Amino acid sequence: MPSHDVLIIGAGLAGQRAALAAAETGASVAIMSKVHPVRSHSVAAAGGINAAISVDDDWRSHAYDTVKGSDFLGDQDAIEIMCSEAPKEVMDLEHMGVTFHRNEDGELDLRAFGGASMKRTAYVADITGQALLHVLYEQLMKHHETVERYEEWFTTSLLQDEDGRCCGVVARDVRTGRMEVLKAKNVILACGGAGQAYKPTTNGLIVTGDGIAMAYRAGAPLMDMEMVQYHPTCLVETGILITEGARGEGAHLLNAEGERFMEKSAPNKMELASRDVVSRAEQIEINEGRGVGPGGSGIFLDVTVVPRKRTLEALREIVNIGKDFAGVDITREPIMIRPGQHYIMGGVKTDVDGATSVEGLYAAGEVACVSVHGGNRLGANSLLDTLIFGRRAGEHAAARAAHMSSPSFDAGTQLRRDESELEAIIARSRDGRRVSEIKNELGETMNKHAAVFRDEAGLQGALETIGRLKEETAKAWIDDRGTVFNQDVLGALELGYMVDCAEATVLAAIERKESRGAQYRTDFPERNDEEWLKHIDISRGKDGPEISYSPVTITQWQPEERKY
Amino acid sequence: MPAEAHDRPAEQFNLRLRRYDPESGEAPYWDEHTIELAPHRSVLEAILQAKDRFDGSIGVRCSCRQAICGSCGVRVNGEPALACHTHLDAAKASAKDGVIEVEPMGNMPVLKDLIVDMDAVHWKKIQRVTPWLIAKQPVPEREYLVGKENMVDITQSMACIQCGACVSDCLAMEVDPGFIGPAALAKAYRFVGDPRDDQQDIRLKDLAEDPQGIFDCTHCFKCVEACPKDVNPMGQIMRLRRIAIDDQKIVDKNNGERHEAAFTTLVKDYGLLHEAELLPRSYGGNSWFGKFHPAAGKELLSSLPVVLKGLLRGKVNPKLALFGHKLPAADLKQVQRIYDTVEGREQRYELNLYITGYDEVEETPVPGGATSTNGGVSPAATTASGGGESPPAAPETEGSAS
Repeated sequence: MPSHDVLIIGAGLAGQRAALAAAETGASVAIMSKVHPVRSHSVAAAGGINAAISVDDDWRSHAYDTVKGSDFLGDQDAIEIMCSEAPKEVMDLEHMGVTFHRNEDGELDLRAFGGASMKRTAYVADITGQALLHVLYEQLMKHHETVERYEEWFTTSLLQDEDGRCCGVVARDVRTGRMEVLKAKNVILACGGAGQAYKPTTNGLIVTGDGIAMAYRAGAPLMDMEMVQYHPTCLVETGILITEGARGEGAHLLNAEGERFMEKSAPNKMELASRDVVSRAEQIEINEGRGVGPGGSGIFLDVTVVPRKRTLEALREIVNIGKDFAGVDITREPIMIRPGQHYIMGGVKTDVDGATSVEGLYAAGEVACVSVHGGNRLGANSLLDTLIFGRRAGEHAAARAAHMSSPSFDAGTQLRRDESELEAIIARSRDGRRVSEIKNELGETMNKHAAVFRDEAGLQGALETIGRLKEETAKAWIDDRGTVFNQDVLGALELGYMVDCAEATVLAAIERKESRGAQYRTDFPERNDEEWLKHIDISRGKDGPEISYSPVTITQWQPEERKY
Repeated sequence: MPAEAHDRPAEQFNLRLRRYDPESGEAPYWDEHTIELAPHRSVLEAILQAKDRFDGSIGVRCSCRQAICGSCGVRVNGEPALACHTHLDAAKASAKDGVIEVEPMGNMPVLKDLIVDMDAVHWKKIQRVTPWLIAKQPVPEREYLVGKENMVDITQSMACIQCGACVSDCLAMEVDPGFIGPAALAKAYRFVGDPRDDQQDIRLKDLAEDPQGIFDCTHCFKCVEACPKDVNPMGQIMRLRRIAIDDQKIVDKNNGERHEAAFTTLVKDYGLLHEAELLPRSYGGNSWFGKFHPAAGKELLSSLPVVLKGLLRGKVNPKLALFGHKLPAADLKQVQRIYDTVEGREQRYELNLYITGYDEVEETPVPGGATSTNGGVSPAATTASGGGESPPAAPETEGSAS
């Protein structure tokens, strides 16, 4: 049975960064991912990574912008760590080989991004996530002797010993269908958010809340789950993302009357206000009949105001996306967009070293909630979050492992339980619903009721639907009876994960009776610091989810009115 | 325009999928489904609809749906493509009988249905090119200072999403499975073109001396057509060759460098390629006397059976073979003028269409639009810059702390 000091689940930016950091200490490290690492959804991050590296900048300014962006729900101690460590992290990645674009002096060039008080976003054209991910994978190839890779292995559950300590996982080799126990002194979850619980979403089909749900089931509380980011610029039909870099380079948002409507809600920052603000402003235009396109369901993003050469050089990917996925040449005409589900600020509650409340279990990246994003994440802070807290979790887990002996426990029981669960799914009779049908209904429900605007009635309706879908999921049937690449049976497990995440989101959204960040309650339209300047935690109790609160850490910035 | 694009109603499309179940003991077979989607939606969405509605056991790797994760490399109507990046209407138009045919990629073993074993081929080849930066020392405290254009330039090879489409249809790899291949060599350029890398000379020597390295490519352009991200792998291979030959002065044991020289001088001398002279010059030295060199004699002797077969079947014209093509003097002069102009330049230009774009009607052409890849690649290249029409010289590439 393989045994490691640190086992990382998920091989996007957080996971790979954690693996490298842990391996550097000499720990025995393995990284497992249900897809090949370069397919991880970090690859789709476009715009860039924030760091106060300019000589005129100060990390405190970055931290303040982040606190303000979070609508004061972010924990300021964690934000201070992230922003103060950002410049060194970006330089380390540059030294590793990331091909950051340069200015005329050969230094890292910086672009403007939403909610930032100055240009602070380092980038590689508009494929920053891809460049970072591929360079980290280059490093994994370089360190192939010290970091073991389990590529295309699906984690089915976390293992815990009698004291509740996390001590490994059960996983299925997707290629062969073989199930195996992997022991580990520490497990780091780095398997992303749960965007597929929404339809449409900018997130890839693999982003199904696996880590959030597995941690929740293992007893770790989730935090800030009501905070779901809608990105302001997604293609109307497919939800495909158009990077914020477009607005960073100067693109405008226009309604049907050709107005730059951001004037009304963010007269100073205009299109570069934070994402929750821009998405709400767009939704208001659409709801009030000033949208464009069929049914007035979109807004125009006008990139033609950016010089064409600059667009081709710095926004090439979205030129292609416009052409290939909407039939629009964005260098010559505006493109129709709307807000779309993009990111989950909430996740598994961790401390600043990535440790969850389950001993031996860490989390980093979108799966985790430190919380650095609070009510709303700033663009280009997520890449930073993955790298800083991925590294910290890797270092911390490796240091902890150095003082531990290998876990000893009976792994056979859980292995057999997981094996028979999968066999049971494969053998299910066809009297329930198809997995794909349930998934569609879940996504549409969430996108309708747990979106930019929310209210009690809608959320309660959603909760009821989710309750039903949960029962249906337990009986959902599939077609594939095989073992080699049985993606069907894994899809059934993923559906279960997504339902758990969706339930937590809706419960927390019902609980928070105020409007803050991405949570806008039409029945409680004001921010209410007196009652709600606190995190909502959700843990799994004996009879279902239990709600509790935890305080927001405030160090230097008192809550104030938020204007852009 | 956008309104129209989003307004099109769903239509029926017929899909023919290549299926293979390794556990069944049966041979691969075809499986047909009819799906309903708007014509501008993708082949991937069609496959997923078939999977969702009719048969969840269809095996296909996919995630992002926007041509960035590189998972869904397949063949559509026989041509390599990303399924998510191929519109249904276009796929239907290129189908031989109106049914969109989707198969797994080529040159890699099939694991199940549309899923191939990329580890066994693609990733092994990537690992072959030392795919990580060997950073120049000392590492600066802040960033390495490098030319703006250098980073934009290598963004083209960095943009490779490792989908395998080029590997799928590489003709050289079909003949020689050991060929390092288009994706891995494009990856190699990402380091050779990176001024921060300390071992460009070693990398180039390695790839030039390897009989399955940069000189194993046969210029078929298949990878250029296959690439969904405009990485232009063959172009990257040619740039590796030019840097190896012109800047690093590498004369490889595979005769790659001499073979290229033979091509160019023959066209310069005759205006057209003189095929019969190509082999002797490649092996025996770049002149008419080349054929008398022992190495050339050996090669000539070993190719005699092929030549004779060609003669017998009328594929070789004895007169042309002996005397070469004859071009009118004026035309030949025109050809030679091209050589004078290009070779007379102080610095080699690399036209990188990734940077300049293909359609520059509205832009005023600037000499800088054609970019040099030389900044920081070799001392020779650095000293060559500074000519009148050269692009702006790249800043010093040494990693000085600022």
